[in-house]
Amino acid sequence: MDLTVLWFWIVAFLFVGYFVLDGFDFGVGMSIPFLGRDDTDRRVLINTIGPVWDLNETWVIVAGASLFAAFPEWYATLFSGFYLPLVLILLALIARGVSFEYRHQRPESAWKRRFDAMIVVGSAVPAFLWGVAFANIVHGVPLDAGHNYTGSVADLLNPHALLGGTTTLLLFFTHGVVFVSLKTDGPMRERARRLAGRAGSVTIVAAAAFLVWTGLTSGTTSYWILAAVAAVALIAGWLANLRGAEGLAFAFLAITVAAAVFALFASLFPEVMPASNDPANGLTIANASSTEYTLTVMSWLALFVLPLVLAYQGWTYWVFRKRITRTSIESAVH
Amino acid sequence: MNELLDPLLLARWQFGITTLYHFLFVPLTIGLATTAAIFQTAWYRTGKGEYLRITRFFGTIFLINFAMGVVTGIVQEFQFGMNWSEYSRFVGDVFGAPLAMEGLLAFFFEATFIGLWIFGWDKLPRGLHLATIWATAVGSICSAYFILAANAFMQNPVGYELNLEKGRAELVDIWAVLSNPVVLAAFPHTIFASFMVAAGLIISAAAWHLARNQHLDTMRPALKFGLWAMVAAGALTTVFGDQLSLAMVATQPMKMAAAEATYDTVCGADASFSLFTLGTPDGKTELFSIRVPYLLSFLSTHTFDGCVEGINDLQAEYRELWGPGDYAPIIWVTYWAFRWMIGLGLAHVAVAVVGLWLTRKGRLPRQRWIWRVAVWSFPLSLAAMSVGWIFTEMGRQPWIVFSLLPTESAVSPNVTGLDVLISLVAFTLVYGSLAVVEVRLVIRAIRKGPPELGAPDPETGRVEPAATIY
Repeated sequence: MDLTVLWFWIVAFLFVGYFVLDGFDFGVGMSIPFLGRDDTDRRVLINTIGPVWDLNETWVIVAGASLFAAFPEWYATLFSGFYLPLVLILLALIARGVSFEYRHQRPESAWKRRFDAMIVVGSAVPAFLWGVAFANIVHGVPLDAGHNYTGSVADLLNPHALLGGTTTLLLFFTHGVVFVSLKTDGPMRERARRLAGRAGSVTIVAAAAFLVWTGLTSGTTSYWILAAVAAVALIAGWLANLRGAEGLAFAFLAITVAAAVFALFASLFPEVMPASNDPANGLTIANASSTEYTLTVMSWLALFVLPLVLAYQGWTYWVFRKRITRTSIESAVH
Repeated sequence: MNELLDPLLLARWQFGITTLYHFLFVPLTIGLATTAAIFQTAWYRTGKGEYLRITRFFGTIFLINFAMGVVTGIVQEFQFGMNWSEYSRFVGDVFGAPLAMEGLLAFFFEATFIGLWIFGWDKLPRGLHLATIWATAVGSICSAYFILAANAFMQNPVGYELNLEKGRAELVDIWAVLSNPVVLAAFPHTIFASFMVAAGLIISAAAWHLARNQHLDTMRPALKFGLWAMVAAGALTTVFGDQLSLAMVATQPMKMAAAEATYDTVCGADASFSLFTLGTPDGKTELFSIRVPYLLSFLSTHTFDGCVEGINDLQAEYRELWGPGDYAPIIWVTYWAFRWMIGLGLAHVAVAVVGLWLTRKGRLPRQRWIWRVAVWSFPLSLAAMSVGWIFTEMGRQPWIVFSLLPTESAVSPNVTGLDVLISLVAFTLVYGSLAVVEVRLVIRAIRKGPPELGAPDPETGRVEPAATIY
């Protein structure tokens, strides 16, 4: 197998891992104004992702580093081209990450509210902007002969991309709320289930519109198959949530995110950064990749390490499998 | 106005600010994870409540810091592509590999086990929980190795071939990159310096309480540990710093010449090391200087009759190799950064040695000023770390990859000065305000002192830890 093909899919897998995992914890962050009625509620919400948000976020670091190592041209074009949206994503991730640690350091409610707000905004901004970024990658952006982005920020905020951002925002929100219902008990679990039902129906509409629009402009056979899987899983997840099968609903929504992100990568392949102005300026797995030697080294590494990573991360989720309740929060606060 | 919006200058400032800021948290993560692991091991073996309280005390400070280390690290990885896309295209084939290795091998490991450690106190068996903090410490140290290997390629490119057609450096030998003589010295130098920072924090925190004659049961052993750790880590940092300067003389002689502001090649007794120099504003003429003869020769070659090439001779040599241009870094920056790094480092060791003498056999000095000096250990050890990085990175200029790619050719061509200015201002403001919150929280946590624990279990006689929650 051609190693550039393998690495295209490894990069896709790493972004899928990132969006499946950090996606739902963005959703938990965004759900605070809807589900957190008092401080204890908000603590319950934050503690559902407490032990795992950091490992979830690490996926973007690994995805970015792998992109850099395997496709330096893709990395350079993407990161310099989408400059200001990435600045916003970084600032949001900073605000969010420190807020988890800072919020419980002082008892004053004004202090806590400030960091709650930072968690909400810090979760919503990347949830939206990653969708904008990927919609633009799939659609293609203007590039010059040196593969440098020649458009403006406004070009990135086109209707298709805004719909993409809305879709990821809603999808992550729904996934996060389903996670809350899976990880809590009592009234919170019930409220989360109802909210997930309502958010899910809006998500279905937005996702269907985005997947069809993307398919009509850049769809391939594999895209349509994966997009169909995503759509079916989304509806199945919505139905499972209505029936109170939280674990199943969470799994179906994870499949939705994974299938949708894989679908976007499938529609790209073998291009990685199509140029909307002149196809000759675009990047493909051939002209964006590292040498065979580098990819060989990295392949051995990924082969041995990725299964190990999945194993110990899976174990972490198992260790923290217990539901978090108001009582468990109140008894831990002395 | 055009000067102000020069993307190159702004991108360099942004890299400098964000990197120095990030590297305040990295040594703390490395040093405090190891500290917590050591004290938790002591508690595991003896069951003594003091050790658990010390673990939780420094664990709290560690937690306040670690999230900052994580999120500011993402900025580091992203900005290569954002501000330095030409650099990324040029080195990605070589430089990306250690970064990806860091993520896959070390960072995933660290990020997962830190979560298990923080929230696992009441969920994991005691031995397994102890293993999670050691895993975090090992992960953070391995992470530093790969990052320093990537940085070493910028100082001393090895294991690559130039592909002129594609205009990039291509990896031909990953082992050469991972065993670069620069990383072999820089890695232990940086790790032991990180332990010095952690030791500085421990000394500062313990001194603050001991000066007030409080928390003696925990702060006395903590101080002893901090003082010994500072002396040991200080000695090892010096040994490997010496190895690093030998590697530097061999690979980047200009950096050593700039560290000493030596314009003409000097040998033997003339190869003296100046402790302090006053010069004319252009830095080229010396007005007053305190000098130690032979010391520069010894630092550069480990002999007393060695020669150290001067800036002027190296300039001439480099112009012949690479054409007209200025191949020297900003001399006053490298000169003073080098001195402050060494001076602060040695001062810390001296303070720790005196501290060990003053606290021998359980004594506690009564004079307040002694404790006041000790409290400065932490901020000044961070400062020593920062000037060390300023020296290493500014001393590499005008190159981004020494001898291969000038910094001015590395910047993103399509990113405007305004873009970089917006992000520079945004990051500086956010980092600045977070620093204020951060410092206040750390001081607050230190003043609060070690947490009280419940009564020991009547059956086992052990003190059991409480759960952690956000």
